Amino acid sequence: MCLGIPCKVIEIDGDSAVVATANVKNKINISLVDNLCIGNYVIVHAGFAIEKIDEAIAKETLEMISGFIKDAQ
Amino acid sequence: MKYIDEFRDKKSILSLLEEIKKFSSVEASIMEICGTHTHSVSKYGIRGALSKNIRLISGPGCPVCVTHQADIDAIIDFSRNDKTAVIATFGDMIRVPGTFSTLESERALGSDIRVVYSPLAALDIAKENPSKKVLFYSVGFETTAPTVAASIIEAKARNIKNFTVFSLHKLTPPAMKAILDSGDVLVDGFICPGHVTAIIGASAYEFIARDYGSPCVVSGFEPVDVLYSIYMLLRQLYLGEAKIEIEYERVVSMDGNKKAKEIMAAVFEPRGSAWRGLGLIPGSGLKIRPAFAEFDAEQAFGIKAADSSYVEKPGACACADVLKGRITPFECLLFANPCTPEKPMGPCMVSSEGTCAAYYKYERAS
Repeated sequence: MCLGIPCKVIEIDGDSAVVATANVKNKINISLVDNLCIGNYVIVHAGFAIEKIDEAIAKETLEMISGFIKDAQ
Repeated sequence: MKYIDEFRDKKSILSLLEEIKKFSSVEASIMEICGTHTHSVSKYGIRGALSKNIRLISGPGCPVCVTHQADIDAIIDFSRNDKTAVIATFGDMIRVPGTFSTLESERALGSDIRVVYSPLAALDIAKENPSKKVLFYSVGFETTAPTVAASIIEAKARNIKNFTVFSLHKLTPPAMKAILDSGDVLVDGFICPGHVTAIIGASAYEFIARDYGSPCVVSGFEPVDVLYSIYMLLRQLYLGEAKIEIEYERVVSMDGNKKAKEIMAAVFEPRGSAWRGLGLIPGSGLKIRPAFAEFDAEQAFGIKAADSSYVEKPGACACADVLKGRITPFECLLFANPCTPEKPMGPCMVSSEGTCAAYYKYERAS
């Protein structure tokens, strides 16, 4: 129920945006998130963007985890 | 897909499992609060992949499942008594059994019940059918409540008079407190819900670490996220720490989404709410504020959210104990026979995020 899907913002028109995931496009409401730009990724829940995904932090988390892979080898 | 595939990477999963093995001296019962986490744990075989010293318990994290029987009965009664009204709701809610019926059965008998994916779709039904009363039967935690609040604000701005909301929204931290206070289940640490926390902020759990000494890690939903969160919890338990950490940092902050919190607070105020299994928990529900009373289905139609005066009838369905983490679905006498996703007897089997549905789909062979 609190399922959220990571989607890429493709178009913005006021409080509405078109987002895409796995080549499926959807119109969503973006009134709950400030300062969105085209190209940003957002978590979409119940037809709304609920938060932006921070690309730099996602990279850091993955780097942290890939550190474990190196350790294990 | 970006932000999904890399968090399902097999090498990362195997390495994290190796790291987790280093904490074999830590005996831990870890509760995941969110139904989406329950689903990930079952789907990716995480429970079976961990050694016996780590016990994963599912908590009350499926909003469909925690909705009180009296609330389900109230909406079914409403649908029977007013067949001119449209009831719009999220998919799983129409199949949840009330005491005598379901909304799905009532639809077959002529009630106008429609499934929507977004509260804005319910608002669209109201716009397109100005002569009909549209009631949005609304469940969900802090992830969903701001979307409903934004829809109510939109209804007010557009002066839509035929749209109301029956708010059964519930708040997560008071339920976690109730579980810890009840002493029914021993919880050493919590995997906290990623999308609820995207809204409320991880600081909402500080009282759990401070007052109960239970570490909390806010987790994403892919298997790498969940395993990394388990690693972080075990590391805290090993070091004797109890603090709030965020694994799902790409989406979640300590403060949460300020704008969503403001919109939610403008429309809703906390009230006591009755949960299946957990009973009445003070301050754990959301009620529509008087400024938006015209959109409150309780005001418009005299239906009433369940309160402490309602006692759940004892029955064979053990959803109440499953939701508290007291038992696993395997211990319910009805599990798999006769209760199945096709013919569910309790909400935890109905909802795709319900614990029984996850065990039925993924864990029966083990």
